[in-house]
Amino acid sequence: MLKQTEGSRAVAEAVALCRPEVICAYPISPQTHIVEALGEMVKDGSLAPCEFINVESEFAAMSVAIGSSCAGARTYTATASQGLLYMVEAVYNASGLGLPIVMTVANRAIGAPINIWNDHSDALSQRDSGWLQLFAETNQEALDLHIQAFRLGEELSLPVMVCMDGFILTHAYERVDMPTQAQVDAYLPPFEPRQVLDPAEPVSIGAMVGPEAFMEVRYLAHAKQMEALKLIPGYANEFREIFGRDSGGLCHTYRADDAETIVVAMGSVLGTIKDTVDQMRDAGHKIGVLGITLFRPFPIQQVRDALHNAKRVVVLEKSLAVGLGGILATNVRMALSALPIDVYTVVAGLGGRPITRRSLHALFRKAEQDEIDAVSFLDLNRDAVDKQLARERAHRRTGPAAEAMLRDLGVVAAKLA
Amino acid sequence: MTPQPIYLEEKLKEVQESGRLAYRSKSMPTWCPGCGYFSIVDGLPGALNDLGIAPKDAVVVSGIGCSSRFPFFVNTYGFHTLHGRVLPVATGIKTANDALTVIAVGGDGDGFAIGGGHVPHAARRNVDLTYLLFDNGIYGLTKGQTSPTSSVGFKTPTSPYENPDQPLNPLLMVLTYGATWVGQAYAGRPQQLETMIKQAIAHRGFSYLHILSPCVTFDKTDRTYVRLGDLVRDLPANHDKGDLGAALHLAMDTATPALGVFYETQRPTLADALDGLVEKAGGSVGQKRRTA
Repeated sequence: MLKQTEGSRAVAEAVALCRPEVICAYPISPQTHIVEALGEMVKDGSLAPCEFINVESEFAAMSVAIGSSCAGARTYTATASQGLLYMVEAVYNASGLGLPIVMTVANRAIGAPINIWNDHSDALSQRDSGWLQLFAETNQEALDLHIQAFRLGEELSLPVMVCMDGFILTHAYERVDMPTQAQVDAYLPPFEPRQVLDPAEPVSIGAMVGPEAFMEVRYLAHAKQMEALKLIPGYANEFREIFGRDSGGLCHTYRADDAETIVVAMGSVLGTIKDTVDQMRDAGHKIGVLGITLFRPFPIQQVRDALHNAKRVVVLEKSLAVGLGGILATNVRMALSALPIDVYTVVAGLGGRPITRRSLHALFRKAEQDEIDAVSFLDLNRDAVDKQLARERAHRRTGPAAEAMLRDLGVVAAKLA
Repeated sequence: MTPQPIYLEEKLKEVQESGRLAYRSKSMPTWCPGCGYFSIVDGLPGALNDLGIAPKDAVVVSGIGCSSRFPFFVNTYGFHTLHGRVLPVATGIKTANDALTVIAVGGDGDGFAIGGGHVPHAARRNVDLTYLLFDNGIYGLTKGQTSPTSSVGFKTPTSPYENPDQPLNPLLMVLTYGATWVGQAYAGRPQQLETMIKQAIAHRGFSYLHILSPCVTFDKTDRTYVRLGDLVRDLPANHDKGDLGAALHLAMDTATPALGVFYETQRPTLADALDGLVEKAGGSVGQKRRTA
């Protein structure tokens, strides 16, 4: 059914259609609307049987999720930013134990400096955690990916993170096609756990493993993730048959057939990039797009296939590997090993900095001339940076850089005497 | 005697001459109009001023939440830390520089949910700092979810169904954790609040001041000024603040919260204990700590 609704609400309704049995959460922006909507459905009985637990921290949220998944319940939680970082020990625990928990990450920057706005630093910090990671471009895709996530995670017995841009998607009202319960039931079978705490067949979960088998258990985690690369295209096909639309998959090209320049990105910024590319195509530029839906496992072969004919690749990412450059770009480079293709890393939109068509036009035109640096920062205020660097050269005790830069910009009212 | 009228001009002059404004920053608090926290941001400068602690000798450390915006609004050193981490950061600051007056501030969620694991240890170690706990029984900054001190049955616009969970009793907890100064104040009684902040800071050791406050935006039914104003009462005149048993007994009465100093005792602080270890080992404490 078509409806105009908030991204968070759409995801909450989709999760409800997946018949979760335990939901636990702790409030953190911009994820809170999702679990609030689910909490409401649990309490008014429209989502039964399901328990909602308002826990004391994100660390508790993931730990409760681990417990309930072990006990055989389909389990869901959601978080963002600092919340994801706080639960990290349990995040690794969930994947190490092979528990198919589904978690929404409403992508938000991580501090310091504290910032509530969108980028991908939170989820990408967990790229090696053993969770599958899916990135949504639109609210429709966010909704659909959650349904696919339960199917995928439960088949592989691995946890899945569904990432959607905080505020840009979570708080945006868009038209979405909400599936029926019958459609979701046809797609997603009831949860059949591979491991469960069952007195009839007692097991203990969380065994200590020494050097004799640790490597093998870890290898298995990798091998299982790689299985997802084979399963996902089939699941996307099945999804199309039941729901009547394309959603999910590994990665998707857009107007890239004869492209000399291909822009690679993840999440909602793909919309702005596609609009820019449309305008440039109309003006005769040979430019196209590759959107990555599945970040973990990384679809190396499919990315290589999509990019191998390009002259250059521009990876536009909302994340920063401090001391290296890009996170997504590093993965793309690996997919292009030994191919004579220039890969440019463009770090953009950190902490909610808008990524505009105007800036993208300028960037892509420069890239076509190979006039951008190997690593660059879109719309960086160079003057502000230079001023701070000059200050640090002149004085030893310059204080917190973030506050000093805010003062330069006139954002902080207080002045030290 | 007929009450003397207070004229605005005279009052302004008095405030300006008091010196307390030196402790306020030029940032206006971002709290909702009517928030109880305004009493605290007014009370702390008064307390520090009366104690003769200069702004440069005080540091306010906060966690995350409405309450934790506090350091921006006072002109002392300020540190806005991570959610729930106010006490370990404050402990680090005090351990590195014993000359600073360290004031930790935070809300009920910050202190007793996500940061709850730190409270017992700051208390039992008797870190020489003051912890001002702003308890409005709600997560305000994320728009009004129930917190660990929300009443059973409490509803909010974002938690529309009755809170099923038993609230914590922070006063009872910190008393059993070994805090050496424990008191309770109410944001609706600003003068008493200021006096108690002063006493808490003057105490040598871990002082815990529980400050009851309404959340005027997300709580229209439970902890309103009208309801809290009716419920709070002064401590019994004969209360012996050296009597832990009596303090525990008072803390158990959450229906009519008592305002005042519940408990006070003296014990070596963390710094004393650390110095003692060095001396016991035959070493010298020397000049390891900087002065402000």
